[in-house]
Amino acid sequence: MDIQTLTYLFVGGSFALYIGIAIWSRAGSTKDFYVAGGGVSPVANGAATAADWMSAASFISMAGIIAYAGYDASVYLMGWTGGYVLLAMLLAPYLRKFGKFTVPDFIGDRYYSNVARTVAVICVIFVSFTYVAGQMRGTGIVFARFLEVDVNVGVVIGMAIVFFYAVLGGMKGITYTQVAQYCVLIFAFLVPAVFLSIMMTGHVFPQTGFGATVLDAAGNDSGVYLLQKLDQVVTDLGFTQYTEGSKSTIDVFFIAAALMCGTAGLPHVIVRFFTVPRVKDARISAGWALFFIALLYTSAPAVGAFARLNLIDTVNETQYTELPDWFYNWENSGLIGWVDKNGDGAVQMRAGAPFAGKPNFAGSRDEAKGSQGERVVTNAPTDNASEVYIDRDIIVLANPEIGNLPAWVIALVAAGGVAAALSTAAGLLLVISSAISHDLLKKTIKPDITEKQELLAARGAAVVAICIAGYFGINPPGFVAQVVAFAFGLAAASFFPVILMGIFYKRMNKEGAIAGMLVGLTFTFCYIVYFKFVSPDLNTAEHWWLGVSPEGIGTLGMVLNFAVAFAVSRVTAPPPEHIQHIVEDIRIPRGAGEAHAH
Amino acid sequence: MKEENARAYWAANLRLILTYLAIWFAVSYGCGILLVDELNQIQMFGFKLGFWFAQQGAIYVFLVLIIMYAHSMNKLDRKFDVHED
Repeated sequence: MDIQTLTYLFVGGSFALYIGIAIWSRAGSTKDFYVAGGGVSPVANGAATAADWMSAASFISMAGIIAYAGYDASVYLMGWTGGYVLLAMLLAPYLRKFGKFTVPDFIGDRYYSNVARTVAVICVIFVSFTYVAGQMRGTGIVFARFLEVDVNVGVVIGMAIVFFYAVLGGMKGITYTQVAQYCVLIFAFLVPAVFLSIMMTGHVFPQTGFGATVLDAAGNDSGVYLLQKLDQVVTDLGFTQYTEGSKSTIDVFFIAAALMCGTAGLPHVIVRFFTVPRVKDARISAGWALFFIALLYTSAPAVGAFARLNLIDTVNETQYTELPDWFYNWENSGLIGWVDKNGDGAVQMRAGAPFAGKPNFAGSRDEAKGSQGERVVTNAPTDNASEVYIDRDIIVLANPEIGNLPAWVIALVAAGGVAAALSTAAGLLLVISSAISHDLLKKTIKPDITEKQELLAARGAAVVAICIAGYFGINPPGFVAQVVAFAFGLAAASFFPVILMGIFYKRMNKEGAIAGMLVGLTFTFCYIVYFKFVSPDLNTAEHWWLGVSPEGIGTLGMVLNFAVAFAVSRVTAPPPEHIQHIVEDIRIPRGAGEAHAH
Repeated sequence: MKEENARAYWAANLRLILTYLAIWFAVSYGCGILLVDELNQIQMFGFKLGFWFAQQGAIYVFLVLIIMYAHSMNKLDRKFDVHED
């Protein structure tokens, strides 16, 4: 069977599986819809959290980012895993004991204020929408590359699938499809990683192959460590050393902290821990989640290093006409562009961009062909010796081809990419819809609606959210890539401190919490907007406050939030007695029972 | 009595959290970021040690920390008689 048929088969098969699960696990009550009935096992919740958490970006882009950034990419690896330690110890068990449905629920009740609840709802919606737009686009792009349909058609197909199981099944449907999606995506990521590790080092586990010696062309041990060789090769070509960083230590520190606290504060992650039956399950479930995530996150840096070395070996100084087929295929898709600056017919990989931006082509290969048969790039070339643009997403997408792996592996990677994008999109959409139907409608605007009406409203809100997300997927605002920093920075500067103080500081009152949230949010928001949109040309280390980039500013926002909240709470009245009892109660596991209805 | 017990349980929990978070901070921010250049002088198999912590070691330690915390808390819950079912 050819790759195309296999891909249709794998992707189609996985869709049938998701829909089957959705029908089997329909939501019958608001409790099913919001927290999957509260009876999910910690292992299943861990797998679902992992799928929820690992987006199209984790699956497709991360290994590629590491391949190009080397040590500098470590902040993502540590930042996106370290947050689970915070979740397990500081947030998840107590929120589970509190036993409501959403994050604004906790904030509204703990701070006895609908203002606090509404601020939280706005943050949830903003954070989740910035995130989900990218996921919808990601689904479309995976479809476009593997199934040769238009990106927009891909977005619509993705919407239809998510629509089916999110609207029908709510959290219950999403949880069990996410477990299936996790299996698909981790298998799809690890199979090529293991193949590549065996090919390069003879080690089955990429994690150990990463630190092993490389095999030479004949398959014999060359005696040179992979990372040493990589450092050598990249510095010879003028890049910075792979294992050394180029960012300032303070910036790396702040970015790592913003990502960790942001992860712990992201509503779609927190809400997953409302679905397990007991407090002790919430603790160990965070462990399972990190275990499932670590399978990918410890393999990704190995894949990045293997791929970088392999890529340079294969492509650098090779005559264009003698390159392997995948090079031409990805050039056809516009993810590779080559200009023969020195006219020697060979491809030179060097430090620096070969030309400004992503490649624009004069036409298809048949319409405009260069002297070696390459597609003609119309971007103005830079004056360095670098000749080739290779999109970093290729590292994962083309690994199976670069490693000469069988066709079914390529089809598997396509199914994995779609699974990663869909699972994250569904989790985010659910958080948005429950914020609207539960926190805004039921708790604030119209408390007297029946459960049936609320369930209907939740489904309606999910439909609307999917349509809006789909719209952004088809017409992506130019800033989608720019605003990832937003989601983490804002979560770190708003939710994380407010929830933490709600649990650990009994004296924290509504005045302090609201003031802290607003200051943290406003500060972070303005800093990012200023450097990303108002004056992007000033977005360099000299102009940053204390040398902190917009990616890391959430940490400073968080510190401000803590400071302001503390100061304000000291000069205003302490929270009422019954609130102090709530805090005492959530600290004790006994009596968690089920997530009580209202 | 009940209140005292709850207070003692919470104090024990806080001690555990602080201990584990100190390790959490040491392996990630310490070994992976602040001391990375010093640790990189040490070679462990094919890795520079600081680089290994930043891209592999910290994640393994995080995982071990959560498992140990969950385990310690289960014991603590029973000791102070606040466990579920």
